[in-house]
Amino acid sequence: MNEISEIKAMDLVERARRVAKIAASHADDVDARGRFPEEAIAAMKAERLLGVQVPADLGGEGATTAEIAEICSILGQSCAAAAMTFSMHQIKVSSVVSHGADAPWHQAFLKRIAGEQLLLGSATTEAGIGGNMRNSICAIEVDGDTCRLEKDATVISYGEEADAILVTSRSHADAAPSDQVMTVFLKGQYTLEKTHDWDTLGMRGTCSDGFLFKGEAPAEQILPKPFAEIAAQSMLANAHILWSAVWFGIAADAVNRAQSFVKAAARRTPGTTPPGALRLAEVSGLLQLVKSNVMTALGQFEAARDDETKLSSMAFAVAINNVKISSSELILTIINHCMMICGIMGYKNGTPFSLGRHLRDAHSAQLMISNDRILANSSTMLLVQRQDTSLLR
Amino acid sequence: MNATIRELLAEHGSLPVSVETLANDADLYEAGLSSFASVQVMLALEEHFDIEFPDTMLNRKSFATIAAITACVATLCGDQEAAQ
Ligand SMILES: Cc1cc2nc3c(=O)[nH]c(=O)nc-3n(C[C@H](O)[C@H](O)[C@H](O)COP(=O)(O)OP(=O)(O)OC[C@H]3O[C@@H](n4cnc5c(N)ncnc54)[C@H](O)[C@@H]3O)c2cc1C
Repeated sequence: MNEISEIKAMDLVERARRVAKIAASHADDVDARGRFPEEAIAAMKAERLLGVQVPADLGGEGATTAEIAEICSILGQSCAAAAMTFSMHQIKVSSVVSHGADAPWHQAFLKRIAGEQLLLGSATTEAGIGGNMRNSICAIEVDGDTCRLEKDATVISYGEEADAILVTSRSHADAAPSDQVMTVFLKGQYTLEKTHDWDTLGMRGTCSDGFLFKGEAPAEQILPKPFAEIAAQSMLANAHILWSAVWFGIAADAVNRAQSFVKAAARRTPGTTPPGALRLAEVSGLLQLVKSNVMTALGQFEAARDDETKLSSMAFAVAINNVKISSSELILTIINHCMMICGIMGYKNGTPFSLGRHLRDAHSAQLMISNDRILANSSTMLLVQRQDTSLLR
Repeated sequence: MNATIRELLAEHGSLPVSVETLANDADLYEAGLSSFASVQVMLALEEHFDIEFPDTMLNRKSFATIAAITACVATLCGDQEAAQ
């Protein structure tokens, strides 16, 4: 890292920490009431974090995936719902940056994201399809310069708060289910009729209600590349890495709480090692595994970034799938260990060591594109793809 | 070789359209080839031609068209003419 990029990263970290402080002070209320983390999102806008990924020549800061992952983790340590909202927004921005920057409409849209700090939502999940993102039932209808789309979208996080929603669909009425496109619809170009309430165990503040989406927009708002390529070359890697960064943040805060608990006990009884200390050492190793996993994926993504063939390779897809599977599983083990360390003080709400919210939020990770689905996908690829056994890459 | 590949594609590709209607350079993903089915076709090709696809060929491009598949298989079989 050269000096200028180090200063930029430091600055991003400082800004993220200021947002995290605000997010943390509302996290319990956001969770209890299942409400949108509006204070945290307003703070992200004030710190201009929503546009950081937009290239500098379009008014953003050209932040790297690693920098965005760090912001996700910092926010994840304070309010998982706000952090997940930030990460989902950045995943959508990455699709436009990677696959729309040559198209005039999308270039102008990127400028607006940075300039007006627009919040982007996502509608890939569909009734009858579930998390099988690479298939759609609904089809976009292109009629001259206009496109129309109706989608029974069972989960759209912060759908009502978003300034734009990126929606996947089949590319035309006769297209095969996997022949998909993704279209940007701006607020005002669509209506949302609520079909499902998001009253969940955790991640309550993402307000991921279900909606019947009906949109009409200029056809040039359809991203110019097939969604298959967008998914393979940028979206899957960004999603699995940035989600994992949020999950790492949740687990890291749980470990911090457990550590404070052990430390407080050690202070009360100098000379004796508190009973939780051994488990703390164990959990520190597990947290390091999640961190290594995310950092390795960031390195692999960086190395493959400008090589479409590498990005679309099975080797890369299996590696990135593995990151999602293992981080989503490990965080549950980690938080559970922390609960064992803190005991009732961790189980209770409203103590400095409370872990209920962390545990509930963390349970969404395995379902956010079901791990079973991802494993099934990897298992197909592993019928032909050899396991990567090199330590050099 | 092309005819055999078309046969195996018809048998294992689970395509919603008939393989005869597809030109050699038609996009198979657009025609409905799923990633699951593409792996089934790969396995059938490996078995039939007694080859093994190296990691460098395990990407979307290698399987995007009948022509691309033919080129990969020909390279692995050492058939220089068909690989062109
Ligand atoms: C916090 C959060 C926010 C989200 N935000 C959004 C959003 O903004 N936009 C959006 O579009 N989506 C969003 N989602 C949806 C998410 O990404 C998944 O698509 C969705 O959770 C999957 O729903 P499902 O489990 O009902 O469906 P399915 O994927 O259909 O899975 C149902 C069950 O069937 C099993 N199953 C089904 N098919 C297979 C298979 N082929 N192989 C193995 N197992 C299978 C799975 O194990 C699973 O238990 C969000 C989810 C969460 C948790």
